[in-house]
Amino acid sequence: MIARALHARFGGVVLAAAALLVGLAALVPALNLLVPPGSALHVPTHVVVLVGKWLTYALLAVSLDLVWGYCGILSLGHGAFFALGGYAMGMYLMRQIGPRGVYGNPVLPDFMVFLNWRELPISWWGFDLLPYALAMALLAPALLAFALGWFAFRSRVTGVYLSIITQAMTYALMLAFFRNDFGFGGNNGLTDFKDILGFPVQSAGMRATLFALSALALAGGLLLARAVVTSKLGLVLVAIRDAESRVRFLGYRVERYKLFVFTLSAAMAGLAGALYVPQVGIINPSEFSPANSIEAVIWVAVGGRGTLVGGAIGAVLVSAAKSWFTGALPEYWLFALGTLFIVATVALPKGLLGLAARLRPGRPRIPAPAPARLPAE
Amino acid sequence: MPLARLIALLALLALGIATPARAQASDLAGTLARFALDRFPDTQAAVEALGASTHPTALPVLEALADGRLFARTADRAIVWREPGGTWRLALTGEAQADAPARPVRINNAIRRALESALGNLTLLAPDPARRLEAARALFRTRQGASLSLVRAALERETDPRVRRALLEAQAAIAVGAADAPELDRIAAVSVLAERGDREAQGILRAVADANPPERLKAEVGGAIRAIEHRLALVGMAQNLVYGLSLGSVLLLAAIGLAITFGVMGVINMAHGEMVMIGAYTTFVVQEAIRLHAPHLFDVSLAIALPLAFLVAGAIGVVIERGVIRVLYGRPLETLLATWGVSLILQQAVRTIFGPTNREVGNPSFMSGSVEVMGLALTWNRLWIIAFALSVFVALLVTLRFTPFGLRMRAVVQNRRMAASMGIRTARIDALTFGLGSGIAGVAGVALSQIDNVSPNLGQSYIIDSFMVVVFGGVGSLWGTLVAALTLGAANKILEPVAGAVLGKILVLVFIILFIQKRPRGLFALKGRAVEA
Repeated sequence: MIARALHARFGGVVLAAAALLVGLAALVPALNLLVPPGSALHVPTHVVVLVGKWLTYALLAVSLDLVWGYCGILSLGHGAFFALGGYAMGMYLMRQIGPRGVYGNPVLPDFMVFLNWRELPISWWGFDLLPYALAMALLAPALLAFALGWFAFRSRVTGVYLSIITQAMTYALMLAFFRNDFGFGGNNGLTDFKDILGFPVQSAGMRATLFALSALALAGGLLLARAVVTSKLGLVLVAIRDAESRVRFLGYRVERYKLFVFTLSAAMAGLAGALYVPQVGIINPSEFSPANSIEAVIWVAVGGRGTLVGGAIGAVLVSAAKSWFTGALPEYWLFALGTLFIVATVALPKGLLGLAARLRPGRPRIPAPAPARLPAE
Repeated sequence: MPLARLIALLALLALGIATPARAQASDLAGTLARFALDRFPDTQAAVEALGASTHPTALPVLEALADGRLFARTADRAIVWREPGGTWRLALTGEAQADAPARPVRINNAIRRALESALGNLTLLAPDPARRLEAARALFRTRQGASLSLVRAALERETDPRVRRALLEAQAAIAVGAADAPELDRIAAVSVLAERGDREAQGILRAVADANPPERLKAEVGGAIRAIEHRLALVGMAQNLVYGLSLGSVLLLAAIGLAITFGVMGVINMAHGEMVMIGAYTTFVVQEAIRLHAPHLFDVSLAIALPLAFLVAGAIGVVIERGVIRVLYGRPLETLLATWGVSLILQQAVRTIFGPTNREVGNPSFMSGSVEVMGLALTWNRLWIIAFALSVFVALLVTLRFTPFGLRMRAVVQNRRMAASMGIRTARIDALTFGLGSGIAGVAGVALSQIDNVSPNLGQSYIIDSFMVVVFGGVGSLWGTLVAALTLGAANKILEPVAGAVLGKILVLVFIILFIQKRPRGLFALKGRAVEA
């Protein structure tokens, strides 16, 4: 019932959002590349890059909403999945630099030459091929999520405990990636990228292409997530969120459902990271910092969890606010973000979309996400 | 006149060069004159001669030479030294002189070494026992063979047991390496060194073993080296354990407030680290006020800061509970996000008020320095923190167990509705409990300000560790928190030498992640129906 009600209320919104994104994917690059810079309709390249970055954040938010909004798993480690995807892409980009690095080594990236490494570590093999790198951007986070979920869900680690474990995971990964001998560039991370498939990363055409790809990936992610939550599987997921023990007593293998959705969500976050890195031009271990993951959670909370589109809207709004604040009032950004956290949880339990629904009487009310359970239910 | 003096001086010099033994024995004037020649070998010989003499002026002259304050007067080539205060004194008699053009006596590295050992020899007889002790220790390190007779002389006059011990060790260090000494003396020296039993003694013995000593000595030396190795291994383990205990007590301090707010109340307080930070900044403010208005109170600054930090952090905790957390009871995930927001605001507030850089918090005198126990170097601030963490723990246990507030608090935790029917004002108890947990975090901040950088990010570095400790120990169990903190501290420090600091920490995190899978409720799980509510 809940899922059906959700479907009735938000299924259409998701479709509309996906259509809008596809339109944007065609329109914005066109306005950027084809309209001359003087024209009022011209979209400057820096805006393309900025919005493209927000779109990858939005995809991360959708993936988080899928597990949190629909299955009650509050992951504080989605930033890690995002960063892993980003690192996979970054490794591909590093291999593409080839002999153009500072040390001119045709195979080894500069930092390895600097560390006196003789040959490429196994973990870097194959990353000169884009399909392999993209596959790893999906698989590496998915595998990590699968392994963590396998242990956690089977032993019924739920609620806050799971949140803390995922936070410890991303913290441990951050410490590991900061080490030079871990083999991923240490605290400098990977940067100074040159090109993708022979096209320069910095060129306007590549920027526009990446924007279009990000918009399409977000549209695809929304549609995929919608397909999941409106299926029978999605019904079970929502049931698990609201009464996990009862679902288990009814004979469902709760841990399998959770494992599936958690792994799928991690792969989506990895894809978002893979699209993010070429647009910002750097990936370093601070992407793993627990604060980033929690910030992603607030996007979903602001937009409205359990709505898919809400997470995407929240990501774009909060990121836009951050861009504005850090430019205009850098001192006050953390005050604003902190206040946002408090207001979003205390006053807006259903987020902006929930607020919008409440302000328009006559429409079916969204069923409130049941109050989250105590750790031991 | 100057010419006659010069000739006399040259005659003296000639005498000095011809018969160095006599110059060394008695003729101070001749020795000093060699400095004026400005030839390195002569300077060195003069240094050695002075080092062996017992003349009262020898020590200041050599010290002046070491500091570049020894001069040969241009006019008459008399040796003078300039005191740090600026007064010129004649080397021969020590009487004050008028300022006159002079040229410094130059030294090279060989002379510097000779100076060091000569100064060491002379200070062996200095009136101040601390200086004698230092000289004996320096001699142990340099082992200048020539000074053996001097050490014996010093030993005969020495009354201070610590200096005596150091002299004996220095004597042994010199004697054991002297190939011409009687074997029995050298064996006796080995046993003195074995008793000392540190890395330096081991190094000396190794050098002896490498120099192909006679059979019996070789066996003795080998045995002593092994004994020292064994001892050092034990000391190393003890050191790791002490470090682990110290880190464990830091973790305990950081986590114990959380054991109340998260463990007992079930509130995921992500702003806990900021309470610690506020405690540290309270210490900073108290110390600043003391520095400005009452510097003589500096040693009690921590005692003043403790109750203040408790009150400040506790008050902020009560405000947070009343303002934010109260609305969110029963929704732990939302609490997590809201308190994270609070923590961002507190961090930025502190950054705006105090600036983003580290603030200087001083150690009171009783917390600085270190004490050496059986070869273990223990710094006082670490020892104080261990003691402090344990006393906070005990105080908290007593509060929960034996005070009316503790009784009410436990009642509310066990059965809120029943407690309410008994007339306990549960909302008030909630606020006070949260205030207590926050206040204890503030108190922890006072202690941590002594060993960590006081910056707006102070709390961030403790929050994850604190949660790990509470979850590992078992939510709701104070004893679990104690055991978990000490275990994790020891595990970190034992892994550190094997795996490196960062990898060790990662391993511990991975271990906890796996452990929670196995025992989701931690080491000391609460049992009973109340838990399942």
